[in-house]
Amino acid sequence: MSAMQKLMGWIDDRFPLTATYKAHLSEYYAPKNFNFWYFFGSLALLVLVIQIVTGIFLTMNYKPDSELAFLSVEYIMRDVEWGWLIRYMHSTGASMFFVVVYLHMFRGLMYGSYRKPRELIWIFGVLIYLALMAEAFLGYLLPWGQMSYWGAQVIVNLFAAVPFIGEDLSIWIRGDYVISDATLNRFFAFHVIALPLVLIALVVVHLVALHEVGSNNPDGVEIKKHKDPKTGIPLDGIPFHPYYTVKDIVGVVVFLMVFSAILFFAPAMGGYFLEAANFVPADPLKTPEHIAPLWYFTPFYAILRAVPPMFGSQFPGVVAMGLSIVLLFFLPWLDRSKVKSIRYRGPIYKIALALFIVAFIGLGYLGLLPATPIATIFAQVFSVIYFLFFLLMPWYTSIDKTKPEPERVTG
Amino acid sequence: MSQEVEGHQVDVRKRKFLIAATSAVGGVAVAGVAIPLVVSMQPSARARAAGAPVEVDISKVEPGMLLTVEWRGKPVWIVNRTPEMLDLLGKHDDKLADPKSDMPQQPDYCKNPTRSIKPEYLVAVGICTHLGCSPTYRKEIGAADLGADWPGGFFCPCHGSRFDLAARVYKGVPAPTNLVIPPHQFVSDAKLLIGVDPQQKDHRLQGS
Repeated sequence: MSAMQKLMGWIDDRFPLTATYKAHLSEYYAPKNFNFWYFFGSLALLVLVIQIVTGIFLTMNYKPDSELAFLSVEYIMRDVEWGWLIRYMHSTGASMFFVVVYLHMFRGLMYGSYRKPRELIWIFGVLIYLALMAEAFLGYLLPWGQMSYWGAQVIVNLFAAVPFIGEDLSIWIRGDYVISDATLNRFFAFHVIALPLVLIALVVVHLVALHEVGSNNPDGVEIKKHKDPKTGIPLDGIPFHPYYTVKDIVGVVVFLMVFSAILFFAPAMGGYFLEAANFVPADPLKTPEHIAPLWYFTPFYAILRAVPPMFGSQFPGVVAMGLSIVLLFFLPWLDRSKVKSIRYRGPIYKIALALFIVAFIGLGYLGLLPATPIATIFAQVFSVIYFLFFLLMPWYTSIDKTKPEPERVTG
Repeated sequence: MSQEVEGHQVDVRKRKFLIAATSAVGGVAVAGVAIPLVVSMQPSARARAAGAPVEVDISKVEPGMLLTVEWRGKPVWIVNRTPEMLDLLGKHDDKLADPKSDMPQQPDYCKNPTRSIKPEYLVAVGICTHLGCSPTYRKEIGAADLGADWPGGFFCPCHGSRFDLAARVYKGVPAPTNLVIPPHQFVSDAKLLIGVDPQQKDHRLQGS
């Protein structure tokens, strides 16, 4: 027995190292037919690591103080060695996180990855998405620019629209009567400690749940139905390592090329990743002409604005916006189709999904624009489509004419 | 109720009771510790002091005069409107965007034609609802630069928004809504308290 084997034996008697490696990598059998859409889970993990590492280094020079915050970011950009690179990695990473997560969620939608027995994976995933939105919103206040300030003002005021307790609730969130130093300080605490811990914990349970039931695949059939009678290994399964680790490396390389292109040539991405108004320090006495959230929030912002105030309150809009995300949790039980994957679904679901995508992107676009009467009508139409996609799903998925699923994965 | 578990006689009811009691006491302890953490997020004594209600002596504010005081870092106007000013208020409703004060820009007790508790005293936050500049008090009727039909009011020099003497916004100007009326109450005829609704105890001062 070599010294290495002895060391491994010593560790394995005290900690399940080899067993963990086998269970999650070398003997985790994933369907052999993963395609392009299966890159985005591992890419999301990569971006999480980028955000945590760059975040740690930004914290070394950032000052969470309303007097110092804006200038400390400028200091990072101009005076700290490579500070500009670290900061742009973090800001580009924030937007790319949402790009990757939206594509990852769309994959789940297409191939029915949320269906039984993967309901909890989906629910943990939606929770990750919610935590990510909170993390992005809190982080956006930290540079203390005009859009940081007024964006936070608008979002915190959403809580003020809650009947009866709203005003007190918004004061409690801000820790002051206006967005102030107290707000900045607590947002910093949530952004660098509380939510990263929550995110990492949720990612762990997301993966534990995934590895418990096994991955779905583009055919939406269970590979565990057909196992090798001798070894018990699914016939259509291949070990995650080395097969999918190597595949994912290709995805990582292509992703990092795109990431670097943005980082080095268009870090502000024409105002979509970093808004122009945020290069001006926060001024509580001067509202920017047009307040728009970053692109990844705009679909929900458009839903918020599409609902007119009722009884002199913005609350119905806030409820609609909240509901548009809460509905995602119920997806596993709204879908009544006999098949999981879009490959075997009937025309009704395909049309519904296409309409949903058009509505979601349409809302995202409208959320960037000022609310003109025409834009509001479009936003209302798209919002209705968005909600009907979920609310009518039990009906249209059960009457849809599906094709028979294959017994084994196809290719 | 006892039963055998691993060769021992166990009082299951007692066991369940002890588990429930321990959990309940533990839960109370967790809630008890959570309270200071949650309450620590309320505005601190310093923030409360800066946001405390402001008491203003209005006995020196003569008819037609405007007094500006600061409350929560914002300018608050107190205007003692003359009977002539009040007379003119109802005569230009057609030019206003929200003459009936339907938008929630004021407490319910100021949702009236003069947007005030006492008709003569206007109390308003002096920040334009467009981009946050502070408008100028222009009480001259028919001022040359504002047109012959100007009944007196407020004019924002930044982008030209106009408000009447009840702080209601005109149509066709950049500002979308009437100026905000802050919560306020009259402690006596000469004393005005800004930041507290009538009949509401001044809990913020008591808390500090």
